[in-house]
Amino acid sequence: MQQALARHHSIFLLILRRLRAPLILLIVLFAIAVLGLTLVPGPVVDGETSYLSFFHAFYFISYTATTIGFGEIPYTFSDQQRLWVIVSIYLSVIGWAYTLGSVFSLLADRSLRQAIAMQGFVRAVRRLREPFYLVCGYGETGRLICDALDRMGLRVVVIEVDETKLGELDLHSYSADVPALCADAANPETLQFGGLTHASCIGVIALTNDDATNLAIAIAARLLAPKVPALCRAEHTATSANMTSFGTRHILNPFERFSETLALSLHAPKASQLFDWLTGLPGSHVEQRRDPPRGNWIVCGHGRFGRLLVDAMDSEAVPVTIIDIDPKPDGIHRWVQGDGTGAASLLEAGVREATGIVCGTSSDVDNLSIAVTARELNQELFVILRQNHESNRALFEAFESDITVVPSRVIAHECIAILSTPLLAPFLAEIRRRDEEWCGALLHRLTRHLGWRVPRIRSQRVNLSSAPALYRRLMRGETITLERLLRSPADRSMALDCAVLYLERDDDDHRMTPAADEKLRPGDELLFAGTRRALEDVALIFANEHTLEYILTGRDLPGGRVWEMLAQRKHGKRSPQLP
Amino acid sequence: MNLEKVIFGFFIVLAATLNFGFFVGDIDNPVHHDVYELFAALVVSLIATVLKFGDRTQIGAVHLSTSLVADLQLVAAAMVWGYSAHVAGAGMTPEMTARVVSLSGGALFANVVSVIILIAETIMQRR
Repeated sequence: MQQALARHHSIFLLILRRLRAPLILLIVLFAIAVLGLTLVPGPVVDGETSYLSFFHAFYFISYTATTIGFGEIPYTFSDQQRLWVIVSIYLSVIGWAYTLGSVFSLLADRSLRQAIAMQGFVRAVRRLREPFYLVCGYGETGRLICDALDRMGLRVVVIEVDETKLGELDLHSYSADVPALCADAANPETLQFGGLTHASCIGVIALTNDDATNLAIAIAARLLAPKVPALCRAEHTATSANMTSFGTRHILNPFERFSETLALSLHAPKASQLFDWLTGLPGSHVEQRRDPPRGNWIVCGHGRFGRLLVDAMDSEAVPVTIIDIDPKPDGIHRWVQGDGTGAASLLEAGVREATGIVCGTSSDVDNLSIAVTARELNQELFVILRQNHESNRALFEAFESDITVVPSRVIAHECIAILSTPLLAPFLAEIRRRDEEWCGALLHRLTRHLGWRVPRIRSQRVNLSSAPALYRRLMRGETITLERLLRSPADRSMALDCAVLYLERDDDDHRMTPAADEKLRPGDELLFAGTRRALEDVALIFANEHTLEYILTGRDLPGGRVWEMLAQRKHGKRSPQLP
Repeated sequence: MNLEKVIFGFFIVLAATLNFGFFVGDIDNPVHHDVYELFAALVVSLIATVLKFGDRTQIGAVHLSTSLVADLQLVAAAMVWGYSAHVAGAGMTPEMTARVVSLSGGALFANVVSVIILIAETIMQRR
């Protein structure tokens, strides 16, 4: 690491190296001019020919060459001297012009500017003392994730190969400074400059739109920083299999993730809505949408996306008709040859009797064309649209599909959910195992309490470092239930706008949505969902002795030793129980 | 043969020889120490310094530092000369001459070190 860095530290030396020739020329020209001036006979003073000494000659040439020009010293020059001065003036002008020209061309030099940018980046990353994420690829997904991380108060370092995309980063205002580098993230050295091996690096997120690059990042992270979790995007099944083989922590495959979600919403719409509500972008609204109906489905385009969706529908035993340019009859599904953009192939696939259609080709225009035609033929059709490019967003918004799948957003959502709260993953896994009724009841309860806006999710551990006040009280043997704890620090008669989703005890014991009278124990880890304000209050209650005292007893604790002593005498023994 | 190496070696050795030429003689006798030689030694030493710029190796760094020492000493010597010849008013007294020459003696030592490094580097490469 040190050696690699040293290469970029020598910008000063690089400049000196480039300036070698002009500097030598300047020294030589100066020397010639000064030497000549001492040798040329001057005016006759007191019957003797005077000569300029080195001191005077150097003085004269110095101010002449720099175009200051104080005049002829110590005596008015002789004509021989003036002749030499003419020569020296032109010599020095050439010298300066050449030197300045070299300096300016050096400053405009691309490789030098890159070296300077690289040095600034490396320095900025090395000076990071807060935990940060290394995000490789600042595309649509990268921007969403950087936004979310920034809002969560986490630092980000960005590596992006495309200079124009990196330019957008400057226009975007983040609350914290984001060090960014324009380089190929597939190069392990670049990753090290980006802080992969930095002590404060808490994760690598590989989001480039090239699977090979993401794979390279995953391998580099696995070998160079095995303890740093890596989240890697993979659009091909082969890539994700490859990543799994060497133990990449999280593999983000947008199509696979969506097909899972679709399968879930086909057999458990409530659970799927609960998922959406919990994993959406914080602050955005979740629309109460139509659930995908069971019945005949048509899938247009049997590519990466289409294939996974067909698999998902097969597992839910939904009959599927596939429209593709190149049909590969397999005996299970009905295949129709065509591209689906024309009414003929749609009618042949039975669009009038179908309940849903998936427009899943890799062309946005084709997908929209299929969707519009199919809607005209069947108004009731449930439409799932695949949007490949963010630039076509307006078109997709204009067409009111039931679900629009944007791979970049699918990844961003999942990534943010994983990053923001590790405890969310076991909770979501548990939801998948619960039945539909339970999910519906939970969703109803949570949304009635917190609204349809995506809540903030946060986990909080009851230990000495993150919840000192609560931890000390619990260790003293006090009994504190969730109901007594989650009250507003401004007015304890009001409950906080948050809910406890999950409680994890140290000994592999956990509670789903613990009841209000659940007693806390030291070492518990709680998963909260709620408004940002409520979650900040929770953190305050857990950490601050005074707030906690007020929440539990309604008394304001006196601050300072003297007041504490006085208060103790007055109250005698403090009773911590709620009246 | 590498032209760059020839020029490099030439300037380093020339800086040392010119410096030596100025240094030899009675230390306080102005007649033994020609100011033109001091000028030449200073100019060649400056050029040798610039030639050493930008070398990233360890030996290059030592080269540069010895050269900078020589420059510093010679510039100091030139300043003392300029002061005694023009500012002090008494001209080149034996006392002042001794100062100038001893400063250039220090530069000579640095230049000798430079030459030794050059030789060591050449021997190390064995070709």
